[in-house]
Amino acid sequence: MIAVIDYGVGNLFSLRASLRHIGAESTVTADPDEIRSADRIILPGVGAFGDSYCKLEKTGLVQVIKEEASRGKPMLGICLGMQLLFSESLEYGVHKGLGLIDGRVVPMADELPGGLKVPHMGWNNLKILKKSGIFKYISDGDSVYYVHSFYAKCDPKYISAVSEYGIDITGAVERENIFGTQFHPEKSGETGLDILRAFSEI
Amino acid sequence: MLAKRIIPCLDVRDGRVVKGVNFSTLKDVSDPVALAKYYNDSGADELVFYDITATYDGRKLFTDVLQRVASEIFIPLTVGGGINTVDDFDRVLKCGADKVSVNSGAIKDPSLIGAAAKKYGDQCVVLSMDVKRTARGFSVFARGGRDDTGIDAVQWARRGEAEGAGEIVLNSIDTDGVKRGFDIEMLQAVSDSVSIPVIASGGAGCAEDFLRLFKQVPRVDAGLAASVFHFGEIKIPELKKMLRDGGINVRI
Repeated sequence: MIAVIDYGVGNLFSLRASLRHIGAESTVTADPDEIRSADRIILPGVGAFGDSYCKLEKTGLVQVIKEEASRGKPMLGICLGMQLLFSESLEYGVHKGLGLIDGRVVPMADELPGGLKVPHMGWNNLKILKKSGIFKYISDGDSVYYVHSFYAKCDPKYISAVSEYGIDITGAVERENIFGTQFHPEKSGETGLDILRAFSEI
Repeated sequence: MLAKRIIPCLDVRDGRVVKGVNFSTLKDVSDPVALAKYYNDSGADELVFYDITATYDGRKLFTDVLQRVASEIFIPLTVGGGINTVDDFDRVLKCGADKVSVNSGAIKDPSLIGAAAKKYGDQCVVLSMDVKRTARGFSVFARGGRDDTGIDAVQWARRGEAEGAGEIVLNSIDTDGVKRGFDIEMLQAVSDSVSIPVIASGGAGCAEDFLRLFKQVPRVDAGLAASVFHFGEIKIPELKKMLRDGGINVRI
């Protein structure tokens, strides 16, 4: 059973449908007991970092997520959910994150060469740097769907894939049982389904 | 590298795809789910569903269709048609849309863009513009291209971006249905004035029109068309191969 954490942000229709499609059982929940008893956790998210972290704190789930992460439970953060895994974000001020991976989330606009649009929106191909557990069914160069204006900077040892958009954008991260994708696997066609399938088998 | 997107647009009335379609492999060519699957399998990067129903019952059928498509197709889905309030956004997002396009609704009340962007994020709000040449220049038309609003297209695109739109669809009334290519001049003028992604629409008649579009207007991010795809005049896998051979980065 995969617990998809419900803290009132984002549209979970496609994520639930794609998990159903690959035959993975999931439940959308904010119940600490249900999260503790699940085999895996997905942290979704769309919107602003600060607001979302506040909502996560309000639901009292920050502690539960940290505990389950340290127990070794496979966890996947998607888009903003991946950014929340990091120590802090500079999106509209400085905000603290879950700190499960050391690093910070920064605005892309400050670092991209001139002329490139923000948000980074659309299909981009993955350069796989580490054959992460979530990439076992996909190949280097496969395309995934991104929509974001901020990106994560961290020690390269945590970066499992990048996509080129003027600079190398952190596409996916991994630290032991903690995984994150900046792109949306639930919107990335067969490639995305293959990534979710691999996560459901970790 | 970010790929240029190819986007088929499907008009839906009372739960069925309207424009006549001619696919030998599809039994029911007006079934939106079958057609969405077909396009997904042929490499469409995104799908736009346009609800042309005017009745309440038709709307209900549309959201049913949307749910069925979103349960089986895992690429971005944009929905437009009859979006006038934040509640309309809510209605289609709950059924699996990823982005919602507003047109006349935003002309009537530009604050709708900001209100929706604040609630659902900029990436969710697509400003769709029907543009036509008039004595004053490029003008924005409302109500499916019937009413000249007198608003300048460049100004309206900039306003939409400032209000919080995450993307713009630029449809040329002058080239729409003519099948002799996209409206390069208009697309250049408007896309140069904004820094959010722009989708070009109106006028595609052959695969080369897409190549010319992406070569001549590099700031355009995607090309949208309806009938040329529905009638099989352009096949997406062949189109993408031709674009790639022509030096355009596409997802294959």
